[in-house]
Amino acid sequence: MRFLLDTGQRDFASALRALLAAADTPRVVRDWSRGEHASGRALWGRIAEAGVFGLAVPEEYGGAGRRPVELAVAFVELGRYAVPGPSVETVAAAVLLGERADLAKRFLPELASGSAMATVTMSFARHGYGLALDGDAAQVRLAATPEGLRLSPGAGAVRRSLDPARRLTPLPPVGELVGAEPAWAEALLWARLATAAQALGVGLALLDRTVAYVKQRTQFGVPIGSFQAVRHRLADVRIALEFARPLVFGAAVTMSPADVAAAKLSACEAGYAAARAALQLHGAIGYTAEYDLSLWLTKARALRGAWGAPEECRRVVLGRP
Amino acid sequence: MTEAVDLTHTPADEEFRAEARAWLTAHVPPRPLPSLETAEGFAAHRAWEAELAADRWSVVSWPERYGGRDAGLVRWLVFEEEYYAAGAPGRVGQNGVSLLAPTLFDHGTEEQRARVLPPMATGEVVWAQAWSEPEAGSDLAALRSRAVRTAGGWLLTGQKTWSSRAAFADRAFGLFRSDPDTPGPHQGLTYLMFDLRAPGVTVRPIGRLDGKPAFAELFLDQVFVPDEDVIGEPGQGWRIAMSTAGNERGLTLRSPGRFLACADRLLSLWQEQGAPESAAAGVADAVVRARAYQLFTYAAASRHLDGEALGPESSLNKVFWSELDLALHETALDLLGPAGEEAGSPWSEGYVFALAGPVYAGTNEIQRDIIAERLLGLPKGRR
Repeated sequence: MRFLLDTGQRDFASALRALLAAADTPRVVRDWSRGEHASGRALWGRIAEAGVFGLAVPEEYGGAGRRPVELAVAFVELGRYAVPGPSVETVAAAVLLGERADLAKRFLPELASGSAMATVTMSFARHGYGLALDGDAAQVRLAATPEGLRLSPGAGAVRRSLDPARRLTPLPPVGELVGAEPAWAEALLWARLATAAQALGVGLALLDRTVAYVKQRTQFGVPIGSFQAVRHRLADVRIALEFARPLVFGAAVTMSPADVAAAKLSACEAGYAAARAALQLHGAIGYTAEYDLSLWLTKARALRGAWGAPEECRRVVLGRP
Repeated sequence: MTEAVDLTHTPADEEFRAEARAWLTAHVPPRPLPSLETAEGFAAHRAWEAELAADRWSVVSWPERYGGRDAGLVRWLVFEEEYYAAGAPGRVGQNGVSLLAPTLFDHGTEEQRARVLPPMATGEVVWAQAWSEPEAGSDLAALRSRAVRTAGGWLLTGQKTWSSRAAFADRAFGLFRSDPDTPGPHQGLTYLMFDLRAPGVTVRPIGRLDGKPAFAELFLDQVFVPDEDVIGEPGQGWRIAMSTAGNERGLTLRSPGRFLACADRLLSLWQEQGAPESAAAGVADAVVRARAYQLFTYAAASRHLDGEALGPESSLNKVFWSELDLALHETALDLLGPAGEEAGSPWSEGYVFALAGPVYAGTNEIQRDIIAERLLGLPKGRR
């Protein structure tokens, strides 16, 4: 038993942090939210170059093999910097398409290299006519239909999300049938793990920004971070995040459905608790779209529902159908 | 040694697990012992410690010469998982084993370890803690009980309170003010061990919520303590005690095995009750939090084995397990419905015990202050 990231994994996280810290991601997020994808695509390319989109892709197709621990490491950082785009969906698509050699050969190299983004309808487990994230930006659009997985020729009109950076698009359930019995369960596991890691990163960023704010904001002549009501609320956020973290990495190690569901539940709840505390402790400035905190605040809410809302995750933990 | 992340145990550790499981299967009493907060239960739990010790299972992590097995941290965690999964009794020697023993390992003399540890391992001597005083609770450094120099030792005078296990225990350890004229309250304190049956000691049991004498007040009037029962240098007691507090809040006070077993029992209870939808969320959350606590502890143990000191992050741990313990028992009592209020069941007994968790071993408010100051770097404020 050795439950610690190894040196390579820690270095990978540092390298990604350095890359993203230098990328002015708030500006990229705001461009993306307006449907201006150029800066987001450029950032996507650099993230792909660092190897992130090859972490669910076998080596023969340009990936690093399936590496869930490294994937979790990477998605914590994507969350920490609020990176926009269908990153979770690209991972899920790589798992779905990786099941068949012809599809893998056709699609996985471009997903791993970052030259294409993929999306997939989020309700695929129920084979519904669901919405897909960023279908207007993705080149590979996978629609879940009653017949199986289809390569959708286009995306419908964008619908707005509570998180302006998440552009929701319906995918028409038509197009080339690329899998009668796709690996839904496996893809869901990967999507859920990536979302959990992303939510943890979002929560960590919210906590960091809020700690910095309450140290410099003064009222009644002292920093508000010296008030016990403020200190204890942030301590509780730290506790929630620190106990979600081992669930996320533990799930990446075991990839058992119950562990992954537990990680998704806890990381999203901790991320959301961080968002609520961040908004409250920033006060009115935190409630504005203009202030960058909003980029993380809104994402924390959206991620809670994506790829397994809390009740769905609890059902899996309890081993119920 | 490979440094890859790995949650599986080595074959040798699994062998150790199997050995522990086999022993526990053969020895754990079929029915729960009477509550350890009663005279009868205390004696039964003491006898259980002797049974454990006879086969070296009472203090597995200690060196062999004191009655242990030299088991590392990972094997201790494995043992604890098996211990609580087997439904084995609560540990009457917990105060001594998890608070005093680590202090003796770090700050005691070899003579003290050789004298104190073996009878602690067998339950022959059960220890109580003597920290709090009527005017010194969370603000422990405000303590006023005195230790006054005398020939060959010290005379203790004052009052201690909320002394867990003291109603039936044999000896106690705590802090005393040996120099009243220091510039700060954290100086001039001495860490001492004393006999609860020595002349000058009066023990007045205090009934906890359910009336059981789980703790006591101690009145000390010129109680003689020989020099050999001072731990570390006189006057250095605060530093020594805080290293104990670090241990207490850290890995060794409440093992994950305890909560994993409790969550398993909660899950079974829920299933026996027909898996009501209304309780599903509470049960799932308890299962998830027990798993989180296990994995958090595995990560902390791994860092520790890498040579990292466990610091203020042990405050995260204390708040988490104490709230988890309560949530587990509250969920169970809710599931039991009207039957939940009946005293004496394992769930109601566990609930009364869990209620004290957020208060003892440093209140959760004190822990949150530590997290805010030392982990988040927030400015100090009024408590």
